Amino acid sequence: MIDGKNTMSCAEFQDRMPELIGSGEKAAHHPHIQTCELCRALLADLETIAEAARQLFPVVEPPEKLWAKIESAIKSEDAGEDSVGVMQPN
Amino acid sequence: MVGNIAEAEDLTQEAFLQLHRKIATFRGDSAFSTWLHRLAINVVLMQLRKKGLSLISLDEAMEPAPEEGPGRSFGAPDLTLTGAIDRLALERAVGDLPAGYRLIFILHDVEGFEHNEIAAMLDCSIGNSKSQLHKARLKLRDALRIGPQQEVRP
Repeated sequence: MIDGKNTMSCAEFQDRMPELIGSGEKAAHHPHIQTCELCRALLADLETIAEAARQLFPVVEPPEKLWAKIESAIKSEDAGEDSVGVMQPN
Repeated sequence: MVGNIAEAEDLTQEAFLQLHRKIATFRGDSAFSTWLHRLAINVVLMQLRKKGLSLISLDEAMEPAPEEGPGRSFGAPDLTLTGAIDRLALERAVGDLPAGYRLIFILHDVEGFEHNEIAAMLDCSIGNSKSQLHKARLKLRDALRIGPQQEVRP
């Protein structure tokens, strides 16, 4: 579809979309969007997905036992390193 | 990123062990938080590789195979998403994204990092981060428009 107002095609507009959206500009104010129903719908969908993403994957705090496990793993790794290279008595 | 809590806990432990081993190599070229994030992301990518995903490095994660990329969006307008997106459907679709797209999408849209922060974490350009995020959203749109019901139609 060619936008008669600014002669930008959908392909050209969609190629510019990542930069347009990522720069924080109001993509919805772009002249192509004003005249192209298809790209307007695409932009609305992408904004809906970005909005919905904020509700995804609630942060799960690691359980206390995991910290104990990590501490223990680090200590045993350190102990292993300490024993390497140490001359053993005959 | 890995989709299950037990595996995420194992990777948390591995990330801390890596931190313990490598902290002396931190030279202050970037913020410590950026360095730590990159270390943790590498731990996750290594795990994905072990599970058989064709990931060798962050660079490869950032460049999914061409057939994995989204198509251009010249479909019929009546196939657009309408109203609220089902959260579970979106989580499934995110889980099905190629790892590179998933990583950028989660960092930006879910966790709220800016493109310049992601670029520093993943050692890529800001433009690359924007482009990968856009492709990830397009792929999600494709997945959500098709939907599981229509996929099984004869």
